[in-house]
Amino acid sequence: MRQPFRRLMLALGCVLALAAGASAQTLRIGLAEDPDVLDPTLARSFVGRIVFSALCDKLFDIDEKLDIVPQLAASYQWSPDNKALTIKLRDGVVFHDGEKMDAAAVKFSLERHKTMPGSNRRGELAPLSSVDVVDPLTVRLNLSAPFSPLLAQLADRAGMIVSPKAAQAEGDKFGAKPVCAGPFRFVERVAQDRIVLERFPNYWDKANVHFERIVYLPIPDSTVRLANLRSGQLDFIERLAPSDVAQVKGDTRFKLTKITEIGYQGITINVGKSDLAQKNPLGRDPRVREAFELALDRDGIVQVVMDGEADPGNQWVADTNTFYAKNVPMPKRNVERAKALLKEAGVTNPSFTLMTPTTADAQRIAQVVQAMAREAGFDVKIQSTEFATSLDLADKGQFDAYVLAWSGRADPDGNIFSFDACKQPLNYAGYCKPDVDDLLKRSRTTLDTNERRKLYADLAAIVLKDRPIVYLYHRHWLWAYTNKLDGLRAIPDGLVRVTGLRFR
Amino acid sequence: MTAYLVRRIATIVPTLVFASILIFALQQLLPGDPAMVLAGEERDPAVIAHLRETLHLDQPFPVRYLYWVRGVVHGDLGESLRMQQPVRTLIAEKLPVTLELACIAIVIALAIGIPAGVVSAVRRGSGWDYGANVVALWGLSTPNFWLGIMLILLFSVTLGWLPASGYVSPFDDWRANLAAMIMPAFVLGNAIAAVLMRHTRSAMLQVLSSDYVRTARAKGVRERDVILKHALRNALIPIITLGALEFGTLLSGAVLTEQVFTIPGFGKLIVDAVFNRDFAVVQGVVLFTATAYIVLNLVADILYAVANPRMRVG
Repeated sequence: MRQPFRRLMLALGCVLALAAGASAQTLRIGLAEDPDVLDPTLARSFVGRIVFSALCDKLFDIDEKLDIVPQLAASYQWSPDNKALTIKLRDGVVFHDGEKMDAAAVKFSLERHKTMPGSNRRGELAPLSSVDVVDPLTVRLNLSAPFSPLLAQLADRAGMIVSPKAAQAEGDKFGAKPVCAGPFRFVERVAQDRIVLERFPNYWDKANVHFERIVYLPIPDSTVRLANLRSGQLDFIERLAPSDVAQVKGDTRFKLTKITEIGYQGITINVGKSDLAQKNPLGRDPRVREAFELALDRDGIVQVVMDGEADPGNQWVADTNTFYAKNVPMPKRNVERAKALLKEAGVTNPSFTLMTPTTADAQRIAQVVQAMAREAGFDVKIQSTEFATSLDLADKGQFDAYVLAWSGRADPDGNIFSFDACKQPLNYAGYCKPDVDDLLKRSRTTLDTNERRKLYADLAAIVLKDRPIVYLYHRHWLWAYTNKLDGLRAIPDGLVRVTGLRFR
Repeated sequence: MTAYLVRRIATIVPTLVFASILIFALQQLLPGDPAMVLAGEERDPAVIAHLRETLHLDQPFPVRYLYWVRGVVHGDLGESLRMQQPVRTLIAEKLPVTLELACIAIVIALAIGIPAGVVSAVRRGSGWDYGANVVALWGLSTPNFWLGIMLILLFSVTLGWLPASGYVSPFDDWRANLAAMIMPAFVLGNAIAAVLMRHTRSAMLQVLSSDYVRTARAKGVRERDVILKHALRNALIPIITLGALEFGTLLSGAVLTEQVFTIPGFGKLIVDAVFNRDFAVVQGVVLFTATAYIVLNLVADILYAVANPRMRVG
């Protein structure tokens, strides 16, 4: 009897809080989608990571410059052969259920990520072979081979530590009542309606938590999301539509933050996924792909598709990233050269189908690309396909070219390995070259940043010439929020960090 | 009457079986691999393999169907893989919301549609008639999502009278509930009112020109009684069917309206489920709505029989 009553009271409380409007202690965030399951091991959506950043602390985090900073970790050290990472944990950290966050909990969580059926973290932690508890506050992660993206992985869901007691008790239902060590703890979730979190009084950095509650409200329509902000029912919205930027800028009640994403928007070309690749000049001949890229004006695409709210880009990372390969700068549009290349390749009026998901910006990309490529002699046929179907077709290689975006990972490896290494799950292009594979593997086993930079420059020289993906731009994360909100940190992963946030 | 009822109810069983096969088969025809969609951005092959096994996607079609039916017969509609909640719980959570929205919408539709239809039939060719027709045409041709956004901009953003979106349970705060429901219910009711108005008008016109109405008038029955008691009651039969069907449509999800106003009802549930290939949810919700539809049709048939004794025999 007691449980339902408590739940009723909690529900009542938060509903009243919602109805009462702007309670100074509640931060109401409008999300663009409804998150999937709130279990760090099973979770798979971008939007879920926004909620996790308030709910589940990670061993590490990334900062504004994409540098790795400790979170639940206090410090770390690589072994001389780079095959073991020893992490000292922050002392005195407890989970939301009062259990201690210690080495045993870290071992449990990492092993759960590795072994739980259906885990989406297994691939991210593939080289992790075992975890040793050195002492209550020290763990050692043993790797089968050096793995440079490991820290970045541990700064995302793979580094989220869950309460072993709760995880064992709830099993695969843990996501319905997640228990972690973040600044806010889980209160309730009504699917497609709201997720309510409340301040965790025993948080290790409680001085930086200034809200009693956070309510996440998924509102898919960007116009309605903005209307809710303007009518005062939300304090913060993520993913403002680029076309609404001017409206928000013109209103003194609101502030706007723009961050260049760590992901990209691009066009994947079938260069070897199926027989179709050989049947089409675009997939068959790198010169035709070069001509295609030269026919495109990235600045124009960004203007038309994104209202200027993106940075044109020609690589898997933006040019501000430390791993951007300066040896392959962004080519300028050159229709004459494109025509000459087509002539050289012996094809006149090459024709191909550009498959695109039905989202508005993907559709616009297809239309602009079609118009630009036509000037160089390309005949582009647009095939709008519902997203799930398009993925299926891409996976089966039933496409010539495909408009596809990637949300990005903090380490460049997350933006290229799975796309360009042979037979990887996201390699829809069907690209496979032994020297590229070798460079990709070496970039994973090299921990030195300068050396990795060189490897990525070598990779860029090959991959950007072969063009399995023609990169177009890096979108801006657009956040609009009440001007009363202070302390917002613009981290390029597009996830809202709630510590430090407060109302003026 | 009893025999009629029994016969009517007996036809439900084969209809439901057929509907369940259709729902399941159509779902399988959807292009796109559900395991791949559910595996998220990374699409780890191990995860995909695990999902295939969980969803029985590695089994042939009839086996999968039997798995599902076995669950349904035991009251288990399966579990949403995306949200990790039993479909039954999701339906129980969303149904009252959609039901409330549908009820308010249908009340609005009836309150506008029937009087408007009666007036425009009785005052045929007058300004009232043309006015009502223009309004009906407007109601029919205005897209729900556009009207919704316009209402939000007017009443929430500009005037600040009503919340822009969201849902509050009436048991928690009935005022907040009503404030949240009035705009979406009006948007939905507006479109249905137009349909009801046009049907009421044509049914009334037909009835008003019939012999018994002339007889009633000749007998000296008051015009008000002629219209309300003699004409409207007879004209109501097609309106009842239409009302029941429209109500059924509302239950199956006022998809766009719920999306615009972020009402966590059936429409949102099913749209998200289709795009995410959350098969169990789609099947469960569609089966539930199909059943609701069939039952509503039955209720309409029974109401016919009540309104028109001749039908009890047939």
